[in-house]
Amino acid sequence: MATSQKTFTQQLKKYYTFYTGGFVAFVVLLAIAEQMGMSSKWIGYCFLIFTILLYAGIGIMSRTVEVAEYYVAGRRVPALFNGMATGADWMSAASFIGMAGTLYLTGFQGLSFIMGWTGGYVLVALLLAPYLRKFGQFTIPDFLGARYGGNIVRSFGVIAAILCSFTYVVAQIYGVGVITSRFTGLEFGIGVFVGLAGILVCSFLGGMKAVTWTQVAQYIILIVAYMIPVVWLSVKHTGIPVPQLVYGTVLEKVTEREKQLTNDPKEQEVRKIFADRAKAADDKIKALPASYETEKAAVTKKLEDLRAASAPKAEIDAAEAAVKGFPASPDAAKAKWTADKGAAAGRTGPPLPHATPYPGKDEKARETSRLNFIGVVFCMMFGTAALPHILMRYYTTPSVQEARVSVFWSLFFIFLLYFTAPALAVLAKWDVYTLVVGSKFAELPAWVNAWQAVDRTLLNITDINKDGIVQLAEIVIGGDIIVLATPEIAGLPYVISGLVAAGGLAAALSTADGLLLTIANALSHDLYYKMINPNASPTMRIAVAKGLLLIVAIIAAYVTSLKPGNILFLVGAAFSMAASAFFPALVMGIFWKRASKWGAIAGILAGLGTCLYYMVHTYPTFIQWFGTTPITKWFGLDPISAGMFGVPIGIITIFVVSLVTPAPEKDVQELVDHVRYPNIAGDIDTRGT
Amino acid sequence: MQLTQTHIDYWHKNLRLTAILLAIWFVVTYVMSWYAIPLAEIKIFGWPLSFYMAAQGSLIVYVAIIGYYAVAMRKADQEHGVHEGEDE
Repeated sequence: MATSQKTFTQQLKKYYTFYTGGFVAFVVLLAIAEQMGMSSKWIGYCFLIFTILLYAGIGIMSRTVEVAEYYVAGRRVPALFNGMATGADWMSAASFIGMAGTLYLTGFQGLSFIMGWTGGYVLVALLLAPYLRKFGQFTIPDFLGARYGGNIVRSFGVIAAILCSFTYVVAQIYGVGVITSRFTGLEFGIGVFVGLAGILVCSFLGGMKAVTWTQVAQYIILIVAYMIPVVWLSVKHTGIPVPQLVYGTVLEKVTEREKQLTNDPKEQEVRKIFADRAKAADDKIKALPASYETEKAAVTKKLEDLRAASAPKAEIDAAEAAVKGFPASPDAAKAKWTADKGAAAGRTGPPLPHATPYPGKDEKARETSRLNFIGVVFCMMFGTAALPHILMRYYTTPSVQEARVSVFWSLFFIFLLYFTAPALAVLAKWDVYTLVVGSKFAELPAWVNAWQAVDRTLLNITDINKDGIVQLAEIVIGGDIIVLATPEIAGLPYVISGLVAAGGLAAALSTADGLLLTIANALSHDLYYKMINPNASPTMRIAVAKGLLLIVAIIAAYVTSLKPGNILFLVGAAFSMAASAFFPALVMGIFWKRASKWGAIAGILAGLGTCLYYMVHTYPTFIQWFGTTPITKWFGLDPISAGMFGVPIGIITIFVVSLVTPAPEKDVQELVDHVRYPNIAGDIDTRGT
Repeated sequence: MQLTQTHIDYWHKNLRLTAILLAIWFVVTYVMSWYAIPLAEIKIFGWPLSFYMAAQGSLIVYVAIIGYYAVAMRKADQEHGVHEGEDE
C-alpha cells in the first residue's frame, strides 16, 4: 500500500505538471492567434469550450461504480492534491471575482472576509479534520448520527446541510451564468444551463473522485489567471513583480491622494451638486401629490421650449426621454424620486479612507462598525469550520496525518489568492485615482469606454459639473469590474481577459460541484441508504446518488434563473447557518464525552433557530418574503452575522441539556476515544461501507 | 479498547497544544481587530499595522499555526505509539 500510494502521488505530480504545461501552451497559442487577428468573441468561446471539455475529459476518465470512490474518492488523495482541491472547492465566484472589488469599495472593512475565510481553517485543522478523518465515513450527518445515536440528529444534519449548501450553490450557479453570458454574449438563462452542463460533466460519472481531480485542474487555472494580471500591474507601478510585498508604499500614496481629493474644490463642487439633487428630490416627495402635476407640466414645457428654440438634437432627445419616462402615477413618482434621492445622497460624501479601520462620523458609528467587522470575521470563521462540503474533503485523505498536512496545504493555496486580493484592490485604486481622475473626458483610457459600453452598473462616468475633467465623485464603479478589467487596466492583450474569465468560471464550477455533491450525498447516503433502505446494493446506491445529483442540479439551476436576492448576502447567510447548526454539535461531540443526544438535538435547534430568527426579522428581503415584523438589530449587528448569536447559544444549550439528560452509552464513549487517537490497539472500526 | 497512561498523556498534550495555538489565533484575530484604531498609528513598510495584520500578517500566522500543529502532532503520535502504519 505504501509504495503504491507513493507511485500514485508521483504519477499525479507528473500528470498535473504536464497538464499545466499544456494549459500554458494553449494560452500562448491563443495569444498568437489574437495577434494574427482572432476576434475577442472567439477567444472567449475558445476558453469556455476548451476548459469545459477538459473538465469533461477528467470527469469521464474518473468515472466509477465503487461506493467508496464515489463518496470519498477511494480515500487515497494525497495531502498536497487534497489541498488544491479544497482550495478550488472553497474559492467561489465571490472570492475570485468579487473579493478584490469588495475591498476596493469598502477598504479596511472588507478585510473581515479575508481574515474570516482563512482563519476558519485553524479551527478546521485543530478541532475537526483529523478526528473526522479517523471516524472515516462518508458525510457529516454520518458523524452526527454515529456520535449522538439515532436518526433524529442525523436528519437534522441532513436538513441543515441541504439548507446551507443549497443557499450557497444558487450563488455559484448565478456566478457561472454571469461569466458565461458576459464573455460569450449568450443570454443569462442560457449561460446558466451551459454552466450547469459544465458542472454535471465533472461530477455525474465519478462523484467525489471525479470532482477531486477536476478541482485540482480548476485550482491551477484559477490561480494562474488571478496572478498574471496583478503581477503585471505591480511591475508597472513599482517595478517589482511581487505585489503582495510592495503595495504598502502604494497604499501610502493612495492615502495621500484621498486627502487631496477630499479637499479638492472641484470634487466638493460635484458632491454639492449631488447634495442639491438629493434635497430637490426630497422636496418633490414632500410636496406630493401636488408636485406630481407641476413636475409633469414642467418637463413637458421644457420639451416645448427647446423645440421652439430649435435647440441641439441631443438636448431635445434628452427632454423627450424625460417626458416619456415620467412616472405614470403619483405613487410611481414617489418610488422613483425616493430612488433618485437615495442614489444622489450616496454620492455626497468624500472618498472612503482605504486604510483606516472603522471610519465613522462619531464614536457610536465606529463602535458599530467595529462590532460588525468582528461579527463577519466570527461567522465566516465558524462557518468555514462547519460547511459540510469543505469538511467532507478531509474524509478523502489516506490517513489522519495526511488530513492534518492537507489542511495546511488547503490554507496555503487559499492564502495565495487571499493575500493578493488586497494588493490588487489598492493597485487598481491607485490607477483610478491618478489615471482616470483628473483626465479629460475626451481622453479617457480605452478600457473605460469599453466597460462603460458593456454595463453601466459596472462603470459609469458622467460629467456632472460640466468642466470636461473627471472628478472622483463623478465615477460610479461596481465591485466586479476590478478583477474583470484588471488585464485591460494593466494594458494586457485580450487573451488574458479570456484567461481571467476561465479562472472565474473554474472557481464557480468547482465550488458548485462540491456543494451539489454534498446535497445529493446527504439525500442518497443519509436519507436513502441509512434511513430508508439499508439493504440497498452498491449498484442501487450509486444509481440513486447519480439520479439525485441530476435532480438537485436542475432544481438549483431553476431557482437561480429566478435571480433571487443579493448574492453576497446569500453566501454570508449560508456561513452563519452552517456555523450555528453544525459547529457546536461537531466540536463538542469530539472534545466532550458527556455531550448527549438530547443536548445535540436541543443545541442544533436552538443555534440554527436563533440564527434564522434573527435573519428573517432583520434582513429586509426576508422580511418582505416571509412577511415578518422587523425587530431592532441586537447591538446593531448586521443580519449576515446572525451566527454570532447562534453559535454561543448552540454551545450553551448543548452544555446545559447534556448535563440534565443521561450520559451517553459506553459505545459512544468508545467512539470518542476512537476518533481521538490516530491508531490504537484494540480499536473499533467505524470505516464506512 | 483500553487506554493506558501514555494514551491519556497524549490526549492531554494534544489539548494543551490546541489551547495554546487557539490562544494565538484568538489574539491575532480578535484582540488585534478590537484595537485596530490605536494599532493603525504604527506603520510598517507603508502599511498601518492593523491593515497589514488583517490583509496579510494574520494569514501568515494561520498558515504557520496549522503547519506547526501537523508537525508537532506527527511527533506526538510516534512518541505515544499511536502513529499510523505505512499508509503515509
